[in-house]
Formats: sequence, structure tokens, C-alpha cells
Amino acid sequence: MVHAVSLGLILFATWLLMSGVYIPFILLLGVFSCAVVVLIAMRMDVIDHEAVPLHITFRSLLYWPWLLWEIVKANIDVTKRVLGLAPISPTMTRLQATQKTDLGLVIFANSITLTPGTISIDVEENGEILVHAISREGAKGFADGEMDRRVTELEDA
Amino acid sequence: MEQVLDILSWICLIVGSFFVLVGGIGVLRMPDVYTRSHAAGITDTMGALLILVGLMFQAGLTLITVKLVMILIFLLFTSPASSHALNHTAWANGLRPKLEDDSPIKPLGKTDGRE
Repeated sequence: MVHAVSLGLILFATWLLMSGVYIPFILLLGVFSCAVVVLIAMRMDVIDHEAVPLHITFRSLLYWPWLLWEIVKANIDVTKRVLGLAPISPTMTRLQATQKTDLGLVIFANSITLTPGTISIDVEENGEILVHAISREGAKGFADGEMDRRVTELEDA
Repeated sequence: MEQVLDILSWICLIVGSFFVLVGGIGVLRMPDVYTRSHAAGITDTMGALLILVGLMFQAGLTLITVKLVMILIFLLFTSPASSHALNHTAWANGLRPKLEDDSPIKPLGKTDGRE
């Protein structure tokens, strides 16, 4: 129930920011359409802690800036390799992720892919992730496991 | 003040365009699907990020900026999904990457500092 209500509020806030029109009739239409979406989602039984991950919202505000900085650093590295200023050394490696939930695992795998220079190719149920990296250094960068640790902290309730 | 914002905006737009260009060059230069995806990832992340931030400086504190932020968040959520789908499909269908000196796939490594 908490998830359904917050989904409705998030939808309406999004709607309000997208429209920017504050006439009562239009607002009413907005409320109505949000309610319909929540009802459909409830009937489809897709509203749960995975669809509306409230429990990680605040901690993710700390994770995002760190991830963005990692992305910037990785971009500069891959840019050098693309322009031929540094050699490429494609490497594949397997990681053992330590996340307990599917949501955490997906966040970790997506973070790997989002960072240029590393792509998660395959994710197993038991948390084994197959990673393709553009350079050996990039693959080694996972050895310290900082991203893994941060995502595990993120998902811990 | 307005001029400072304009200059910041232009710097972001030009550097962003540079990264988009690099992404394009990378797609042409890299040897196989997997390494090409790395290059395309530059366009998805740094290129899109800087161009959107540059546009935000132009828009100022308005609803347009909020929409630009939403576009950015949407891109950051969807681009790894599409990238993973592409590479996973290539892998699942038996396309093997060109690795450095045909080195085999490294055995299962722990992420807690041991290799």
C-alpha cells in the first residue's frame, strides 16, 4: 500500500513538472490519469519494493554522485584509447558480486555497463558477473571491489 | 552573470560535442562488437551529460531544466540496459571477443582485493 501511494505521488509530481499548467480542470485530469496508472499497475501486480525502491532512495543520492565521477574518469580513459593515445587490451573477467537481492545485482551490473570501458555481458543467478573490459587496467579496477561494496551498502536495508 | 552562464553553457556544449565525436570515431576504429560498445558508451554518458548540462545553463532555473534532468536520468537508466542487451545477445549467440593475445577468460575472481 505504501508503495502504491508513493507511486501515485511520484507520478503526479512528474506529471506536474512535465505539464507546468495549474488550471484546476487540467490538474483534475492529471490526478485521474495517475490514479488509472496506479490501478492498472496494482491489477498487474507489479507494485513492490523492486518497482518502487523507496528503501534505497536516500542512500542512492549518495551513490549517484560517486558513480557520475567514476563515469567521468572512465570516459577520459576510454577517450584516450579511442584516439590512439593509449593501447587497448580487451580482457574478459568474472566477478563474484556480493549483493543479496536481485535489485542490488541489477544496480551493480548496470553501473558496470554505464561506466565506459566495462560492460557486463552475463549475470548469473548466484551473482557471478561476466565482464568485458577494454583494457587490462579497467578489468583490474574491479579487483578492489569498491563499486561492489558501495552497491551492497546501498541495498542493505 | 548572464555572460558567465553563456560561456559555461558553450564550454559544456563544445566539450560534449567533442565526446560525441570521439564516440563516433571509436565505433569506426575499434575491432569488434564489444570494444565498439565501449566507444559508443562515451556518447551515451559523457556526450549526453555535457550537452544536457550545457542546455540547462541556457534554460536557467525553469521547468525546462527539470525536464532536461528527467531526460538525463532516463538516459542513464536505459542506455546500460540496451548496451547489455546488445552485448549479451552477441555473447549468447557465440560471438567471441577479440582478446589481447587470445588470452583465456580469467578464472573466477573475488572482488575483495584478491585477484
